[in-house]
Amino acid sequence: MSARIKLRVRQALVGACLMSAAGIAGAEYGLNLRQGVTPIAQGAYSLHMLILWVCVAIGVVVFGAMFYSIINHRKSKGAVAAQFHESTAIEIVWTIIPFLILIGMAIPATKALIAMEDTSNSDISIKVTGYQWKWQYEYLGEDVGFFSTLSTPKAEIFNQEAKNEHYLLEVDNPVVVPIGKKVRLLITANDVIHAWWVPDLGMKKDAIPGFVNEMWFKIDRAGTYRGQCAELCGKDHGFMPIVVIAKEQADYDKWLAEQKQSASAASADSNRVFSKDELIARGEKVYTANCAACHQANGEGIPGTFKPLKGSPIATGPAADHLSRVLKGKDGTAMAAFGPQLSDADIAAVVTYERNSWGNNMGDVVQPTDVKAAR
Amino acid sequence: MSTAAAHDAHDHGPAKGLSRWLFTTNHKDIGTLYLLFALLMFFVGGAMAMVIRAELFQPGLQFVNPMFFNSMTTMHALVMIFGAVMPAFVGLANWLIPMMIGGPDMALPRMNNWSFWILPFAFAMLLSTLFMDGGAPAGGWTLYPPLALQTGDAFPFVIFSIHLMGISSVMGAINVIVTILNMRAPTMSLMKMPLFVWTWLITAYLLIAVMPVLAGSVTMLLTDKFFGTSFFTAAGGGDPVMFQHIFWFFGHPEVYILILPAFGIVSQIIPTFARKPLFGYSSMVYATASIAFLSFLVWAHHMFTVGLPLAGELFFMYATMLIAVPTGVKVFNWVSTMWKGSMTFEAPMLFALGFVFMFTIGGFSGLMLAIAPVDFQYHDTYFVVAHFHYVLVTGAIYAIMAATYYWLPKWTGNMYNETLGKWHFWLSTIFVNVLFFPQHFLGLAGMPRRIPDYSIQFTEFNQISSIGGFAFGLTQLLFAYIVIQTIRGGAKATDRVWEGAEGLEWTLPSPPPYHSFTTAPEVK
Ligand SMILES: [Cu+2]
Repeated sequence: MSARIKLRVRQALVGACLMSAAGIAGAEYGLNLRQGVTPIAQGAYSLHMLILWVCVAIGVVVFGAMFYSIINHRKSKGAVAAQFHESTAIEIVWTIIPFLILIGMAIPATKALIAMEDTSNSDISIKVTGYQWKWQYEYLGEDVGFFSTLSTPKAEIFNQEAKNEHYLLEVDNPVVVPIGKKVRLLITANDVIHAWWVPDLGMKKDAIPGFVNEMWFKIDRAGTYRGQCAELCGKDHGFMPIVVIAKEQADYDKWLAEQKQSASAASADSNRVFSKDELIARGEKVYTANCAACHQANGEGIPGTFKPLKGSPIATGPAADHLSRVLKGKDGTAMAAFGPQLSDADIAAVVTYERNSWGNNMGDVVQPTDVKAAR
Repeated sequence: MSTAAAHDAHDHGPAKGLSRWLFTTNHKDIGTLYLLFALLMFFVGGAMAMVIRAELFQPGLQFVNPMFFNSMTTMHALVMIFGAVMPAFVGLANWLIPMMIGGPDMALPRMNNWSFWILPFAFAMLLSTLFMDGGAPAGGWTLYPPLALQTGDAFPFVIFSIHLMGISSVMGAINVIVTILNMRAPTMSLMKMPLFVWTWLITAYLLIAVMPVLAGSVTMLLTDKFFGTSFFTAAGGGDPVMFQHIFWFFGHPEVYILILPAFGIVSQIIPTFARKPLFGYSSMVYATASIAFLSFLVWAHHMFTVGLPLAGELFFMYATMLIAVPTGVKVFNWVSTMWKGSMTFEAPMLFALGFVFMFTIGGFSGLMLAIAPVDFQYHDTYFVVAHFHYVLVTGAIYAIMAATYYWLPKWTGNMYNETLGKWHFWLSTIFVNVLFFPQHFLGLAGMPRRIPDYSIQFTEFNQISSIGGFAFGLTQLLFAYIVIQTIRGGAKATDRVWEGAEGLEWTLPSPPPYHSFTTAPEVK
C-alpha cells in the first residue's frame, strides 16, 4: 500500500466513526431511544437528545483535535516535537468549561426527576407483584386482580414453529388502564427482585420483596404497550413480559365490570364438588402455567436445581402434606407459597393432577372445600 | 574487591525447572506468572462470551438452556474482572514498579509469591462449580439476594473463591504501596514518579479500602444461606437493598481499580511515541486522586431504580456527573500531549490511541447513564452492556495490550512482529466496534440485559453483534501467537527499545538482570 492509499483508508475510517456517532441521533432507523406515550417518557427522550448532542459536540472538538494531530503532527511528515508540557491557564479553562456544561445538564435533569417522582393525586392505583416468573396485578379498591404470564407457545421458543410478531412480548392477561388518567403502580415482589418496565411508559422500577415502590404514568394514546422484566430473576427472567392496554374510559369501565363478573364466578367454584376427571383436566392447565417452569412438564424437575414430583415423597405421601406444601411453599427454596396466588379450585385441581400423573398413582382426589379448610 | 565478589555471589539467576515458578520471590517471575494467568483467564472468559453470543445470534433457544446461559453471563464477568483484568494489572505492577522507581525488587517478595499462588486455587474452585449439582452461579456477578441465595451446591464455593481473590488482591496492594513508599531511589521524589506508578499507588489504596467490603457482603450472604441470619431476607426483618448498597460501595471503586492503571499505561505510552513530555503531569496526578475520592461517593448510581428517595437520587446524580470533570482533564491532557508532537504509530501507540478514542465513547455513554431521569430507561438494558464493555474492553484491555507491546521487548529482549501487531490492532478495533456499537441501539430500543432469548425486533443488531464477537474472539488468538513468538525469539531489542522512551526501566539492559537495580540510579 502506498502512503497515499493508507492515508485515504485512515480518512475513510475517521469519517465512518463520525458518521456512526451522528447515526445514533437518527430516530428513523429505530436506532434511538423510543419517544414513548407518556409525559415522563417524552421528558426522558428530550433529555436524552440534549445530552447526546452535547456529547457529540464535545466529541467533535476532542476527536477533531486528536485526529488533526494524528494526521499532521507525525514524524513521517517531518514534524518536530515541541517541548511544552503545561499551561495553568488552559488547564483551568478546561476544568471550568465542562463544569459549566454539567450544570447546564443538571438543571433540566433535576426538574424532570422531581416530576417523575411525584406520585401524588393519582386517579387509580394498581398493586404489581413480581413472582418467578409472572406478574400479579391487583386493582386497589376494585376487587379485581389476576396473574399475567407469557403466552408465547413453547414450540416457537424451541424453534419448531415460526415466531409471531409479538414473540416473547405477549401475555394471557394484560393490564388494562384508562387513557388520560394518572395511574399509580405500587410495586413489590414475592420471591426475588424483578423490575417492571415498559419502555414506552418511560420508567422502570424494581420490584423488591419486603418493599413497596411507587411509580406513575399517564398514557396519552389508546394502544398496546409491551415491556419485560428488567432485573435478572432466575431461569425465566427473559420470559416474563408485561403488556399494558390503554383504553378510552368507557371501554375501560366495561372491561372492569367483566373482570368483576368472572371473579365472582371463580369464587362460586370454591364450594362446588368436582369429578376426578374435571380436576385432572383443570389441574394440568394450572400445572403448565404455574409449576412446569421448574418441575417440568414431565414432572422430573431439573436435577440439582428443581426437585422432581414424579415419585416424590410429597406427591406420593399423605394428601394433607402435599396440599400444605403447595399452599405454604418451602422456606429457603424456590418453592413458593401458592396459597395467595391460586383459587381453592385451582389448588385442588393441581394437587389432584400431581398425585395422579407421570406414574404417581394415588387415586385420591382433593376438593376445593379441602383447600378452603386447609388455608 | 571483596564486596564486589560477595555481590557477584549474590547475583544468582533463577532456579531451574518447575521450582523456579513455584517458589519464586522474584518480581519479574511473579509478574510473568500473573500475566500468563491473566492471558489464560482472558481466553476462558472469552470462551464463555462466545457461548453467550452464539445463543443470542438468533431469537429462540438454540444451544444452551436459560440456567446455563445465566451461568455464562455470571461466570464471564467474574472470570474477566477478577481473573483477567485485575491479575494483568498486578502482573504489570510487579514487572514495572521496581524498574520504574529504581528498586531491586518488590518490598515483600514472599507475600508476593503467596498472593499469586492463591489465584490458581481460587479460580479452580470457581470454575469447578460448572460441574456441580445445580450448576455454576447464575444470579449475575453482582450476586444480588434473594436470587443469589437460590444458587445450588456452588454457593459456598463461589463465596470462598471470592474470599481468596480478595486476600490475593489485598496482599498485592499492600506490596505495591510498601514498595512505592520505601523502595524508591533516593532521588526519585513522589512527584517525579512515572504516572503508571502513581495510578497504581492510588489503585492499591482503593483495593485495600473496598475488597474487605466485598468480603463482608458475601460473608453475610453465606450466613444468610447456611446459618439462619437474615441480613438480606425481608421475611426475617432484613433488607435486600442493603446488599446492593454494600456491594456497590465496593463495586464502584472496583471499576476505577480496573481503569486507573490503564490511565497510567496510556500516560506512559503517548509521550514516548509523540516524542514529547506528558502534558499536565501534576494535573494528571490530581485528577487520578480526585476520581479515586469521588468513586466512594457515587455507588447508588447503579441503583437508581431501587426506589431511592428523591434527595438520594439527586445527590448521586450530581456526584456522578462530577466525575466527568477529572476524567475530561485526563483526555484533554492526552490530546495535548499529541499536539505538535512528532508521532509514529507502532502497535503500543495504536492501542493507546484506540484507548483514548473508545474509552471516551464509553465515557460519553457513562455521562448519559448518570442522568437519573433517563437512566430509568437505560438501566439494565444493552445500553449499559455497551457502555461498560467500551470502558473495559476498549479501555482496560486495550491498555493492557498496549502495555504488552510496549514493554514486551524490554522483558524478553526480543522485538515482537510489528506487522502482526498492527494487524492485531486493526482487526480488533474493527470487530470490537461491530460487536459493541450495535448494543447501544439494542438497549435504546428496549432490549434488557441478561436474557437468553429476545423478541424478533432485536434480531438484526444481535446478529451483527455476534459476528463481531466471534471475529474479535478469533483475533485474540493472534495476540497469543505474537506474544509466544516474541518470548521464543526475534530481532534483538535495544536497551531503550523506543526512540522516545523515557524512564529508568529503559536504562536497564533488555532483558533486564534478575535483580533490577542493585545500586540506586540517579534521577534527573
Ligand atoms: Cu423477573
